[in-house]
Amino acid sequence: MADTSAPRKKIEVKVEKVHVWPYLVRIEFLCAIIVIILLTVWSITIDAPLEEAANPTKTPNPSKAPWYFLGLQDILVYFDPWFAGVVAPVFIIVGLILIPYLDVNPKGNGYYTYVERKFAIWIYSFGFLVLWISLIIMGVFLRGPGWNLFMPWQFWDPHKVVALVNVDLPYAFGVRSYNMAMLFGGAVVLGYFAVGTGVYIFMERKAIKNVGILRMLIKVNLALIMFAIVIKIVLRLGFNIKYIWVTPWFNI
Amino acid sequence: MAAKPPEIPNIAEIMGKIKSGEIFGQIVKKVTESQIWTSSFRHGYADTPRNRVLQIASNVWLHLHPVKIHRHALRIKFTWCMGGITFLLFLSTVVTGVILMFYYRPVGEYAYFDMKYLQYDVPFGMLMRNMHRWAAHAMVITVWLHMFRVFLTGSYKPPREFNWVIGVFLVTFTLLLSFTGYLLPWDQLAMWAVTVGTNMARATPFLGHEGPFQEFVFGVSPRYDVRSALIGGSVVGPPALLRFYVLHCILIPLVAGALMIVHFWRIRKDGGISGPL
Repeated sequence: MADTSAPRKKIEVKVEKVHVWPYLVRIEFLCAIIVIILLTVWSITIDAPLEEAANPTKTPNPSKAPWYFLGLQDILVYFDPWFAGVVAPVFIIVGLILIPYLDVNPKGNGYYTYVERKFAIWIYSFGFLVLWISLIIMGVFLRGPGWNLFMPWQFWDPHKVVALVNVDLPYAFGVRSYNMAMLFGGAVVLGYFAVGTGVYIFMERKAIKNVGILRMLIKVNLALIMFAIVIKIVLRLGFNIKYIWVTPWFNI
Repeated sequence: MAAKPPEIPNIAEIMGKIKSGEIFGQIVKKVTESQIWTSSFRHGYADTPRNRVLQIASNVWLHLHPVKIHRHALRIKFTWCMGGITFLLFLSTVVTGVILMFYYRPVGEYAYFDMKYLQYDVPFGMLMRNMHRWAAHAMVITVWLHMFRVFLTGSYKPPREFNWVIGVFLVTFTLLLSFTGYLLPWDQLAMWAVTVGTNMARATPFLGHEGPFQEFVFGVSPRYDVRSALIGGSVVGPPALLRFYVLHCILIPLVAGALMIVHFWRIRKDGGISGPL
């Protein structure tokens, strides 16, 4: 008897496995009770909103999408709806799906680490915390009538006068002809992606063999699109730039 | 004859018995050996390794779990419990949602007044509605946090790539579930939030009547584009209410439920919860 029990114990210590019953089930049970209690207390104390009946002739100002979409609604300030409302969400979903196939760093699989995958954590945290969460917070609390920016202590004045001083980037550089402006804007946008891609591929040329050129191209261009959103926000807020590229079909 | 002095109970001795659990053990023994108990319960639970395994493996609700897991998977610091909480909140919305469906009709003339009826006349109607809404909002937050945790621990890395893909779809469906439910109260908040949201579909390239390149697609108009397919008209009206109701109560929960089954199954097939190897 002693012979059979001794090695069994040793194996248990080696792989460090524990029984789900009771060790995991009791945590889940406790967790479920706490969540249900919190949900019940929250639901007893705070009522879900119900405004007056739907009225298609009475548009509220501001009209806001559900709070979890306010990050997207906020970049409507900087982009046309085809990008902010359709293309950007598609890029977000596709980009998220591609993460495991683009991130080929074998380290940091199954444990918290910052030093072994700094770049990945920076990119994701920036996209999630800055571009998604902080824009939602801004959309919920700081956007008032006319989607204008109001500080929490400011009155939501529906008649706030905001000067329309935005100009397109080619105009700011002195390009006045429509066709020349289109060429100029196209050169800036395409040049941004071409130069960004080129610089990245050159800097990481040693990795091409291991990572693969297609993977690197997709990775850098998704990152460039994300940074482009930030650049556009900075250009609008800091330099009153409306569009960078104006064409008869779409504006960026 | 001198009367025997009454025995003074020794307080310290009794406290010692309570502290050591001896009294509790005696009470348990008394109860479990009573006729009522022994006639009701045929045998007790013996805490043996075999029984621990059987508790999981022979229980239809618990057998989603493996019978053994790595010790680190128990750590709240590692998992944040967020996946499980998200599933629990989903189940809460299913239960409360079914109750709400007894009282709510997705018809333009009735919907708003059914909400009022629910809130003021149905016993616990307001509570059911609150729990449904707050659980839905909380679920959006917990699913984001779950995703953030999975990213930070690198748990999407091989062999779990595909489960991450399913997870991205589940995040999307969580948002769509919440969004379609947002219209159902049929009040100003609902109608205009959904108007703002669905207006984006106007600008879909090629397929929206205000989108880039729509002029190259035959027949795209305000009444016939992706947006009108979604809301059943050119404005958010009663047809949109019915569509969102069906999507919210039937289609999306079925699809999301199916994906959840695959998601949970893949956790086990991919080697259980991730961890340092």
